[in-house]
Amino acid sequence: MASFPVDKIRDDFPILHQTVYGRPLIYFDNAASTQKPVQVIRAISGYYETDNCNIHRGVHFLSQRATETYEETRKMVQRFIHAASSNEIIFTKGTTESINLVASSFGKQYISPGDEVLISIMEHHANIVPWQQMCLERGARLQFIPIHDNGELNMEAYRSMVKEKTKLVAITHVSNVLGTINPVKEIIAYAHSFGIPVLVDGAQSVSHLGADMQDLDCDFFCFSGHKMYAPMGIGVLYGKEKFLEAIPPYQTGGEMIKEVHTDGTTFNELPFKFEAGTPNVEGVYGLNAAIRYVENLGLENIRKYENEILEYATAKLSEFDDIRIIGTAKEKTSVISFLIGTIHPYDAGVIIDKMGIAVRTGHHCAMPLLERYRIPATVRASFAFYNTAEEVDSLMEAIRKVKKIFG
Amino acid sequence: MTIAEVQEQIVSEFLLFEEWEDKYIYLNEMGRSLPLLEEKYRTDQYVITGCQSKVWLHAEYRDGKIFFSADSDAIITKGIVNLLIRVLSGHTPDEILNADMDFIEKIGLREHLSPTRSNGLTSMIKQMKLYALAFKTKS
Repeated sequence: MASFPVDKIRDDFPILHQTVYGRPLIYFDNAASTQKPVQVIRAISGYYETDNCNIHRGVHFLSQRATETYEETRKMVQRFIHAASSNEIIFTKGTTESINLVASSFGKQYISPGDEVLISIMEHHANIVPWQQMCLERGARLQFIPIHDNGELNMEAYRSMVKEKTKLVAITHVSNVLGTINPVKEIIAYAHSFGIPVLVDGAQSVSHLGADMQDLDCDFFCFSGHKMYAPMGIGVLYGKEKFLEAIPPYQTGGEMIKEVHTDGTTFNELPFKFEAGTPNVEGVYGLNAAIRYVENLGLENIRKYENEILEYATAKLSEFDDIRIIGTAKEKTSVISFLIGTIHPYDAGVIIDKMGIAVRTGHHCAMPLLERYRIPATVRASFAFYNTAEEVDSLMEAIRKVKKIFG
Repeated sequence: MTIAEVQEQIVSEFLLFEEWEDKYIYLNEMGRSLPLLEEKYRTDQYVITGCQSKVWLHAEYRDGKIFFSADSDAIITKGIVNLLIRVLSGHTPDEILNADMDFIEKIGLREHLSPTRSNGLTSMIKQMKLYALAFKTKS
């Protein structure tokens, strides 16, 4: 791990330099939200100090400057995820809103009674509930692709579940509980061979793996800024232009209109058609800085370092004879869910917290997945490139403390 | 003992702990010593679901007093459940309704009752008082 400048990187994250309960804070809840480097924090405060105004419609100087940064960022996102056009980049509140948008608008256009939508049992609720509701409204059926015990998707089952009635496949790139990296390229190619479009939930993947729309060839891709070092409340929906053209607007109001008359309205062109109301401009400024930060570190370097941390933590956890890791897929990102003997994850989480370590306990908004494993909750440690092997050692110390108190 | 006296007793017990972990060792013991809840009450009808842990609560009204029994799937929650029962069980509906549960704050367990913990405890206290109100109205 010597070549990765983790100490220097940590200097960029002010929040990491504090103590909680008299101990140095260790932040292992990165799958829920990552911390923000000063570059992102400065971009947001800088926006309010020099550029704040409403964008797109102003002829004045500030409006032009903020609009330029906003639209430049759209192009930056296009380049970052290798989209064919910046018209395919819609700014949203986050992954959840992106998926809701597609479920609502795609559903209205393409889903009829008796149709099927295919998702997997490892989805986050944000990639379950919008489809469930849409299917209820349209009389369609939601089907769940099963997984193997190690947390890998059952591809054989997937292939057998794609049918004539299947109108869309919506699958997560990476599981927020298991860390499994799904073979989305293969999933997409198979669905496409039947002419079925695919949505990929990239919330847990972009900050670790990046995303290449040309390589994946997915039809929709969603991600959140706050899970990739950008602020909360900003996210992206990528959609192939032909689909974004075909589906109706999601919300209506300002910016997304071309002309409004008392007897009707015509809608604006892409991407504005899907951006009703005043957008989250500060969020876009922050996203701009976050993408630059990640690209500057290099996705390859990030992936390599996070893999080393994952392997180190997995090996350390495996030294305990009563720790059960949930999710042991061959291809994983830096997420480990585990159980300590029969100790309830809530109890473990309380003690780990007292040791100054932020982990997440609970069902991680993936109740169907935990039901599949017949467990109510897990402890989840998720690592980012600012975490260190020493911090992992502290987690092991905390686990020993948990075992001492409850064992 | 009155509800206030039991609370004072618990607070003085907690004063003995020097290290933060002693408190959790004690809660672990309290959790383990909580009398078993009859299996028939460990059902969805009696459950208070939190995001993090579940609490099952049953109340019985005898001779003008309410007797609680409960369980939880997490041991810390169960330990706190034990303390809550120690404080409120065996009292009249009026005493329970008027009880000021300030011992929780005093023994440094308030964090366990914050909404973000979502462990069912906040709803449990509410539910205990609701039982008291229901029995009071019935009697």
